[in-house]
Amino acid sequence: MSFINYMAREINCKLVYYGPGLCGKTTNLQYIYERTNPEAKGKMISLATETERTLFFDFLPLSLGEIRGFKTRFHLYTVPGQVFYDASRKLILKGVDGVIFVADSQIERTEANLESVENLRGNLAEQGYSLDKLPYVIQYNKRDLPNVASVEELRQMLNPTNQPDFEAVARTGVGVFDTLKAVAKLVLTELRKGGT
Amino acid sequence: MVNPQMVMYEEEFNQIQTVVDRLVRDANAKVVAIVDKNGQLIAGGGDIDNVDTTSLASLLAGNVAATGGMAKLLKENEFATQFHEGEKANIYIQLVGRQVIVVVIFDARSSLGLVRLRVKKGGDELNNIFEALSKKVAQPGKDSPFAEITDEDIDNLFND
Repeated sequence: MSFINYMAREINCKLVYYGPGLCGKTTNLQYIYERTNPEAKGKMISLATETERTLFFDFLPLSLGEIRGFKTRFHLYTVPGQVFYDASRKLILKGVDGVIFVADSQIERTEANLESVENLRGNLAEQGYSLDKLPYVIQYNKRDLPNVASVEELRQMLNPTNQPDFEAVARTGVGVFDTLKAVAKLVLTELRKGGT
Repeated sequence: MVNPQMVMYEEEFNQIQTVVDRLVRDANAKVVAIVDKNGQLIAGGGDIDNVDTTSLASLLAGNVAATGGMAKLLKENEFATQFHEGEKANIYIQLVGRQVIVVVIFDARSSLGLVRLRVKKGGDELNNIFEALSKKVAQPGKDSPFAEITDEDIDNLFND
């Protein structure tokens, strides 16, 4: 749910990075954080375990600039990917304006990807959202690893509705900003329709 | 649509700010902040400039969401109040209506009892303001200021 603040001349939107455990959601946010000018970003918060696995969420506030005199701010969140943190994932999806699904391209993670996308669909539906109606992009991450499925295969499995999708290596930043820009554009386009 | 857009106008903002400023004084608080359940800061008062309010709002919303999740497990509607006691600072969190969180940060100059009392009174006022606001937003003819943005406007945002 976007928040239009006429007083502060601001529009705030919430983006959520979703995907199976260790697919690179936090790495996406870390790269964005490192490569964004200090004046355009706030503090990055990671609620993680001692072994740096996401426990609840990561959070990164970003300012993208102005549209028609309104500052556009995006709040980026990740969910914990591990299967047993499902209750937390549901909470983080509340009020979401756009979703990025980060897929792990490695062949052995095929099932985990499929399970996670189904979990996303189900958790959104529980809150009355439909993945088919929400601004949604897909990122095929870890393209630099040797044992990856082809993009065609991944697309067939994870992107049957032909949403914008991107190849990425989040560790080095390949595709990270392309993915973010694509979903941000979709969210702003949705706002133009009046959020209906 | 599941979640109508949250909108804040100048008139309601000023009303909210008045309640917040009074709450800071009446409760002897260091900081009072009004945050929506999705983690957006709506208004703040007191020593707010020395607090990272964006982070605070996001963590508060996460905290309230997690507490709400626990309430559901116990078949409670909601745990509307939370209190965290520190060595120097304390945080009192109160849900108001369906969408709004009031947070009061205070130290030894105040007390839990006083804060609780003042928040109860201020909370009722805030609830009325937010209810009137949501009715206003739902009125027809309140178009989004973004209704007329062009593809070019959007593209321009991303030209580095």
